[in-house]
Amino acid sequence: MAEPIISFKDYGFQYMAQASPTLHHINLDIYPGEKVLIAGASGSGKSTIGSCVNGLIPYAYPGESTGELLVGGKDPAKESIFTMSQIVGTVLQDTDGQFIGLTVGEDIAFALENDCVPQDEMKRIVERTARLVDIDHHLEYAPHELSGGQKQRVSLAGVMVEQVEVLLFDEPLANLDPAAGRATIELIDEVQINTGAAVLIIEHRLEDVLWKNVDRIVLMDEGRIVADMYTKDFLTGDMLLKHGIREPLYLTALRYAGVPITKELEPQHVNSLQLSEKEKEQVRTWYQTSTIQVGAAHGAQELLRVENLSFGYTDQVMNLQNVSFSINEGEMVSIVGRNGAGKSTLAKLICGFEKPTAGKIYLEGKDLSGDTIKERAQRIGYVMQNPNQMISKPMIWDEVEMALMAGNMSPEERKERVEETLKICGLYPFRKWPVSALSYGQKKRVTIAGILVQRPRMIILDEPTAGQDYHHYTEIMEFLKELNGQGFTIVMITHDMHLMLEYTPRAIVFCEGELLADTTAAHVLNDPALVERANLKETSLYTLSMACGIEEPREFTKRFIAYEEAHRRG
Amino acid sequence: MAKVAILNYIKRPSPIHELTGTTKLIFFIAWSVASMVTFDTRILICMLLIGAVIFRISQIKIRDISVVLGLAAVFLLLNNLFIYLFTPEYGVELYESRNVLFTIVGRYTVTAQQLFYHLNITLKVICVVPIALLFIACTDPSEFAASLARIGVSYRAGYAVSLALRYIPDVQREYRNISQAQQARGIDLSGKDKLFTRLKNSVAILLPLILSSLNRIETVSNAMELRGFGKEEKRTWYTRRRLERNDWLAIGFAVIILAVDMTVTFWDGSRYYNPFI
Repeated sequence: MAEPIISFKDYGFQYMAQASPTLHHINLDIYPGEKVLIAGASGSGKSTIGSCVNGLIPYAYPGESTGELLVGGKDPAKESIFTMSQIVGTVLQDTDGQFIGLTVGEDIAFALENDCVPQDEMKRIVERTARLVDIDHHLEYAPHELSGGQKQRVSLAGVMVEQVEVLLFDEPLANLDPAAGRATIELIDEVQINTGAAVLIIEHRLEDVLWKNVDRIVLMDEGRIVADMYTKDFLTGDMLLKHGIREPLYLTALRYAGVPITKELEPQHVNSLQLSEKEKEQVRTWYQTSTIQVGAAHGAQELLRVENLSFGYTDQVMNLQNVSFSINEGEMVSIVGRNGAGKSTLAKLICGFEKPTAGKIYLEGKDLSGDTIKERAQRIGYVMQNPNQMISKPMIWDEVEMALMAGNMSPEERKERVEETLKICGLYPFRKWPVSALSYGQKKRVTIAGILVQRPRMIILDEPTAGQDYHHYTEIMEFLKELNGQGFTIVMITHDMHLMLEYTPRAIVFCEGELLADTTAAHVLNDPALVERANLKETSLYTLSMACGIEEPREFTKRFIAYEEAHRRG
Repeated sequence: MAKVAILNYIKRPSPIHELTGTTKLIFFIAWSVASMVTFDTRILICMLLIGAVIFRISQIKIRDISVVLGLAAVFLLLNNLFIYLFTPEYGVELYESRNVLFTIVGRYTVTAQQLFYHLNITLKVICVVPIALLFIACTDPSEFAASLARIGVSYRAGYAVSLALRYIPDVQREYRNISQAQQARGIDLSGKDKLFTRLKNSVAILLPLILSSLNRIETVSNAMELRGFGKEEKRTWYTRRRLERNDWLAIGFAVIILAVDMTVTFWDGSRYYNPFI
């Protein structure tokens, strides 16, 4: 076999500002032309591995390293970051933040400009590269005119102009809707075939990455490599759940049905599965014998009603068109659709941040048109995606109390209310802590507490779990579910299909400003036409149930989720 | 995104737009120097007329830039007011003669000389402001950095300008989002509260905004370094255009304006054209 292009030998690393090492005894060889997935929960050290490879360590993040690391035969610690950038092309997770140029063409050309490539040649290379990633018709576009998936194409083209030997993707799926994520994985696959570069993908969304072939999976936990195996072998083990990564759904379903996951099953992809008749029968039997408890019926009391709502930021483009629906008290609802479908606009209208062009919104039968943001906020809470965008006080107590300061509550009442809220949110033990001491998931709780303290009738959350690993995802969602159990009505804006399926019985689907469907979550993903139009993605459960000859994929999905829930509760 | 366009690039088909950024930058600098140096009313009026023609050619309409024009007008008015309040006799000193028209109160008399001085100040501003606005409205932001580099500014500094242009809309959007979410938590930024409370409240928005901007800066600087920014002493520019015939004509024109301006202004050894003696 050829020389490895990346080679870690007993490598360890400790960030300067940290008390203990982030990486321990890493031994890893990656060969030219290989495609390797580095998986692991947040804080497992998988991103640090990426920074070691592309030279950000030690250039931008200094620290102590031990052992040996060679990338393309060079030691990143001894070379400049520029030398490393000619060997390793990095696509960062923030598709917006890494867009440097004012237009697509400029952004792709950025590395060439820095190399002093003459303009004629530069234009030629940009054109050719743009064609490779299918963005050549958008060279004049500004970043805000592009979708998340398109921005990612630009980023990829921007690193491909350098003829790099390694392409490194740091959580490429974090900000993308399901269909765009799938397209990205296909694109990475295509680019690898065309360029022959080694591809390193750092991601915790295993099933999405496995949409295309991956040679090897490296699993990280607490700064150590806990598995380094061929994809097939890896999936037959039970490594995943132990280390905070979600197993592909179709494999979980097979396990529930009692089908052993073996190499012979070709488990790396739902379409590659080689199920024997006997195994299919096992799945069918499991399907027929598993039942679902009917969930508690909701109070039929209507809470929110939206009637013929339309809105456009400018006269030419309508961001929402004639939208009508209602939400009952105590419901937990998902609002889904691709980026830019009008989901966030809807939330802004409900909260009064923007005024509708036409239509009305009613809360408990009362028209909200005349109410200010502040008045609405007493009854409808809005939680932004990123907790860091909301937290403005250094101490947890102050942060939660903030919304009450404007009102005319007595200090005793306030204290009581804050204490009660902190208890609901499981933050009471931390009440005297500074916010900075909390994890991301806990900060999210603080922002939710800051909203709950006003005792709203309804909470709207924008992408509550975006970019979170399975552990944090579960933590946040179980908490929301608990709140829902206590009678709070919860509306979530999301493009996470697992979230919708697992936690919200009902989903409202948007596409290009129109309400496309208002139905059960399981139905949404099992209706191929709807999936296609809303740019969503059917789950592998759908494919599996079809493969096993189960006529009712919707029912299969429902029973799977009910089974899983029963499992989780023990 | 709501349109918050106050002053930005306005794309229109016009010969002014077609000039390279470098040309426009040179023209703008020459023009500013010319109008700053001179107090010669005849020249200022000529420049004003030329400016009006250029404005006409550029296809930019007054209403496109009305907000900034309005602001400029307010400042001009204040400027004139304060000059008069502090130095009501400056014109007399300058033009070495005194023709009193009428007296307002005490030492505040209105002289023809003072009025003439104010006229000149006003003309200077009216000459520069529209051309400055035109420079911004007709220059593709992509060309700013390349143009600055061409006239000798370090490309690192030039790129800082370009990055600011790139991220201003993002930061504006973020500011809007954060402020809306904070308003929903009872933070009132409208005029109802006392000034001190309002100042305190704006911290609730600025803190998260600053933190997220710092985050953004880290991402961008990593992304830039990973793609070799700052590697060489020089760099090439994707958007730079060759200077065409019209560019040379425009630059030549700018040089002529500046030369005539200097000659006429300093002909008699004083910057001030004096019709009173």
